[in-house]
Amino acid sequence: MDIHEYQAKEILSSFGVTIPRGGIVYSPETAENKAREIGGSKWVVKAQIHSGARGKAGGIIICNSPLEVAQATDKLLGKRLVTNQTGPEGKIVNRIYIEEATDIEKELYLGLVFDRSSESIMVVASTEGGMSVEEISKEKPETIIRSKIEVAVGIQNFQARELAFGLGIEPDLIRRASDTIVGCAKAFNELDATMVEVNPLVISKQKQILALDCKMSFDNNAMFRRNKVSELRDKTQENEKEVFASDRGLSYVSLDGNIGNIINGAGLAMASMDMIQLAGGQPANFLDVGGGATPDKIVKAFKLITMDEKVEVILVNIFAGINRCDWVAEGIVQALEKIEVKIPLVIRLAGTNVEKGNKILKESKIKYIEANTLEDAANKAVAALKK
Amino acid sequence: MAVVINKDTKILIQGFTGKMGSFHAEEMIKYGSNIVGGVTPGKGGQKNLDRPVYNTVKEAVKHTGATASILFVPPAFAADSAMEAADAGIKTCVAIVDGIPSHDMIRIKRYMRRYSKNEKMTLVGPNCAGIISPGKSMLGIMPGHIYKEGRVGIISRSGTLGYEAAQQLKNLNIGVSTSVGIGGDPINGSSFRDIIEKFETDDETDAILMIGEIGGPQEVAAGEFAKENMKKPVIGYIAGLTAPKGRVMGHAGAIVSAYGESAIEKVEILKECGVTISKNPSVMGDTVKSVLEKI
Repeated sequence: MDIHEYQAKEILSSFGVTIPRGGIVYSPETAENKAREIGGSKWVVKAQIHSGARGKAGGIIICNSPLEVAQATDKLLGKRLVTNQTGPEGKIVNRIYIEEATDIEKELYLGLVFDRSSESIMVVASTEGGMSVEEISKEKPETIIRSKIEVAVGIQNFQARELAFGLGIEPDLIRRASDTIVGCAKAFNELDATMVEVNPLVISKQKQILALDCKMSFDNNAMFRRNKVSELRDKTQENEKEVFASDRGLSYVSLDGNIGNIINGAGLAMASMDMIQLAGGQPANFLDVGGGATPDKIVKAFKLITMDEKVEVILVNIFAGINRCDWVAEGIVQALEKIEVKIPLVIRLAGTNVEKGNKILKESKIKYIEANTLEDAANKAVAALKK
Repeated sequence: MAVVINKDTKILIQGFTGKMGSFHAEEMIKYGSNIVGGVTPGKGGQKNLDRPVYNTVKEAVKHTGATASILFVPPAFAADSAMEAADAGIKTCVAIVDGIPSHDMIRIKRYMRRYSKNEKMTLVGPNCAGIISPGKSMLGIMPGHIYKEGRVGIISRSGTLGYEAAQQLKNLNIGVSTSVGIGGDPINGSSFRDIIEKFETDDETDAILMIGEIGGPQEVAAGEFAKENMKKPVIGYIAGLTAPKGRVMGHAGAIVSAYGESAIEKVEILKECGVTISKNPSVMGDTVKSVLEKI
């Protein structure tokens, strides 16, 4: 789960990381007052969307008066910002963060992620802040320094100190810099984060160490014990169909093609998508109805796929394990009694009670194309498209 | 003997009296697994499916001599249950449950470092289908009837894609020695490399089919291990050619976030390691067959 910049800043601030003064607004009217409340003579108006690279997309505006702050807020609110991370549909701006402008002396990079090889938290830092970590590793790999943190032990002060010295920070500021790094690591560890990124982490002309932009992501599996974090979810930043799916216990990712998929199991779903592409088609989605694939889930899956206007053919591929094909077939028949499907439907059942399942489908009134293997299913779905 | 489990392996069900635990225990008993009892804290002294229920894993091990367990406890309590099993001397523990926080998985693995190599429990999963040695024992939730007895080892992240492979092999009259589902989470108990190493020394296995997917370093690590240390042929398939970068594809671990984690990159590296690649998921069986014919 991702959160907004201002939310990440509030969290990190509570762990001892210094952030510039700022406040969140939802309307241009309140923006002007907020700017006065923050004080100073220069402000940064920042569109809050779940994406990086907002600056290049026009989502960050520097203002020299409270009136300009109100105008910039007005310009950004309600707009869809398209960045290189949002896809062509962009993301809607519903919240604006207003922040005092910072006199920057030096920009640094600080990121913390799970390292799957060492099964620990990896801190990555560089003197080249402001660029993405991908750009840094491509263009200035020699500036990157790393440190591994044991989840069970947590970060130690010496590790933070080593990183701070490694970044070339002057001796007077080492204490503040290492407190910042320790704060980020504690937030990561104590809140079940999967990513914390401060980019840039800046040294201001006033010799403050400030988190100028922050991102945090969290482990969805841990939300049962992170009530406060889970309340920060902003569904307006997620794909509408993906929200519909996740609210109903389905695992769904929207894609660009026109063959809609209903599959049980994430691996089989990815494999079916691969087969569709090899057969000359493009999948419209990834959808895993779960190993169980209960009739109820099948109904919800059909609802979801038929919501997607770009879908021209539906491919159902179920490998029944403990759940049986006859049960799945009943689910499909039930679904099609409730939902009208006017486009071609290809169904492949395999596994437990496959004969019974296919018999139920054949004896029902539903119109469909039967497929026997994974390859057969993909070929028939692509062929149905061409007709 | 087969990898990890055999016909006599004594198995405990953790979360025995719950709906899931009872249902799958019954399926395993039907398959012929030697289920000797189970654990549900607070229900010790009762019976379930004619087998004793204990309050703690230690107590259950003491009375039954069990060496394997399978977890059917909710994700919030799974880490605790796995560590309890490790401490009670269980040798093989399968965690079926989907939804264990990554931080918990790392804690379990850290906790297990206190045991010497010989004493250490093999944890398989979480978010997996479990282990089956066809005709011998099932420590999992798979449909046992699609597996034919034979000499090919399967390791798969995905449950249903593993079933697909077993079915393709059965249709070609090829059987399976053991199939191990290692699960779709970013941090798991046993890696591809851990299991592939067990298959190399198993005298009932001739070749290994490794079914991976996008995300993480494990498939490549197993390939590199195979290149350096293995005599038996390895066949590989990587799912997710069409998966977009940076998106989680169902499995929490199925996300491309670094170089070498996409399907194309993994396939290239595995080829260099001498792994025979099944070019698409519908020819996993045929690819295994062609490799077996060359042995």
